[in-house]
Amino acid sequence: MLELKDIKKIYNPGLITEMCLFDGFSLTVPDGEFLSIVGSNGSGKTSLLNIICGSIPIQRGSVTVNGEDITGKKEYKRYRNFGRVYQDPAMGTCKDLTLLENMSLADNKNRHCGLGGAVNKKRADFYKEQLATIGLGLEDKLHVRVGSLSGGQRQAAALIMATMNPIDFLILDEHTAALDPKTADIIMEITDRRVKEMGLTTVMVTHNLRYACEYGSRLIMMDKGQIVMDKAGAEKQNTDTKDILAMFNAISIECGN
Amino acid sequence: MFLDLTISVLTQGLLYALLAYGIFITYKILDFPDLTVDGSFPLGAAVTAVLLNRGVNCYATIPIAMAAGALAGLITGLIHVRFRIRDLLAGIITMTALFSVNLQIAGSNLAVPREIDTVFTSSLTEKLTGGAPLAVKKLIVAVIIAVIAKIVIDLYFRTKSGLLLRATGSNGTFVTTLAKDKGSMKILGLVIADTLVALSGCLVCQEQRAFAATMGTGQMVFGLAAVIIGTTLFKKLSFIKGTTCALVGSVIYKACIQLAINLGLPTNLLKLVTAVLFLVILVVGNVRKGAHENA
Ligand SMILES: Nc1ncnc2c1ncn2[C@@H]1O[C@H](COP(=O)(O)OP(=O)(O)OP(=O)(O)O)[C@@H](O)[C@H]1O
Ligand SMILES: [Mg+2]
Repeated sequence: MLELKDIKKIYNPGLITEMCLFDGFSLTVPDGEFLSIVGSNGSGKTSLLNIICGSIPIQRGSVTVNGEDITGKKEYKRYRNFGRVYQDPAMGTCKDLTLLENMSLADNKNRHCGLGGAVNKKRADFYKEQLATIGLGLEDKLHVRVGSLSGGQRQAAALIMATMNPIDFLILDEHTAALDPKTADIIMEITDRRVKEMGLTTVMVTHNLRYACEYGSRLIMMDKGQIVMDKAGAEKQNTDTKDILAMFNAISIECGN
Repeated sequence: MFLDLTISVLTQGLLYALLAYGIFITYKILDFPDLTVDGSFPLGAAVTAVLLNRGVNCYATIPIAMAAGALAGLITGLIHVRFRIRDLLAGIITMTALFSVNLQIAGSNLAVPREIDTVFTSSLTEKLTGGAPLAVKKLIVAVIIAVIAKIVIDLYFRTKSGLLLRATGSNGTFVTTLAKDKGSMKILGLVIADTLVALSGCLVCQEQRAFAATMGTGQMVFGLAAVIIGTTLFKKLSFIKGTTCALVGSVIYKACIQLAINLGLPTNLLKLVTAVLFLVILVVGNVRKGAHENA
């Protein structure tokens, strides 16, 4: 269970560029829920994920996971229980290391990184097996520098690495946005499979309305730091892209453009 | 004459290679321009000069000087990570403070008298090298230390911690999502680097039998130049390790400077030549890169 209560977020407080994004924002994501978030540019989706993960400070409110208040918990400590994939494929992998080295690092996520050998050759078969599930041929590229893989391949590797360890929460920020439609579909399929296999509680931001409708168990739309639509269960199943688009347009018209 | 000069240049290059390894770790691996170097190098020398004069065994000065360097790196790291001071400024603060600290430690410029044994003249070295002349002894000791340090660093980068350090410099966000504190990793990298730099200072002090308050000036630029020369030279050969690049770069650099002096360059102009040489290296590196990108 992930709970945001009464969040207040001001960017650049005290400066002339001060901007209050969230004021009294609350959101509860029960265990096992797959939440899709849509909303126009600048509506606060990425900021929301950053608040959940502790990447940015907040002025008021609390973030709770599984009953533990983590509002003051350091970002890196939160990731012991979180996996995150970013929009930019460069963020979720390390370009200067080989795929094998990347996978080895991810494999050591919740272990102490001491003076033991970095790459355990015995685990290579396991990594290959994991990579083979994607079907992009990455299992044959273990010794390739990740920087020379394509964006889609890197993103697939990032997703595998983010979900390689036992975690409870998966945070996805437009993780298919930089990919071609076909690769995006593949990544989305793998995401869904991983989420179901591992029973992950998932928060996914996407601009792809079809994904938002097809995948996940709940759908919210954000606008100017507020939730303007929230559909779950049967109501969510009966929502299609047209309904979401209509809502989008309604918001824009209210804004007068 | 020529042989003597070659031996001396090689010795210098190898002793300063330890400093270049440090710069390789901060600049190439961590992407952190660490100006602490200009203070931690003479720190290693100051500590060594004082200890030798107090009658401490020459080998015992090595770990002590290294510990002093580690402390300097730790301070820069803490200033940068805990107080969120920009990398360059954090290094400048420590470097500036160290100038006074070094003088406080050594009193003033300090010589190590002939009768005191250094690692280059100790009985152990004597046994190891037989009756070789002093210059050759120095070279042999320098080779041994530079090679051991290189091997240890190379091995370290194959450990979990070493791999994480490489990842920290390349993609800090990634390290964070692996539930690891990238701040601590940066501090660790600085500690390792300045330990090496102080080791270099310790050995240079024993070699030239003197600590000078100004001996740190321009050392960071030297290290950068050495690393950049080495990596540019071996760019096409990706299997050559960064430490090897730093070592070769250091020797080449020292050779260039020696050449300039032999051609009659007044020592007063040395730093000017250093700066110009460094600029040339950077520009050449850029031109090459540009050519590569346009190709
Ligand atoms: N670091 C920052 N400093 C100041 N303002 C910021 C910062 N980050 C975001 N904002 C502002 O907060 C608002 C929400 O930004 P956010 O990135 O959360 O939007 P988003 O919903 O993720 O948009 P997009 O769909 O374009 O990714 C925007 O108006 C943005 O200008
Ligand atoms: Mg965003």
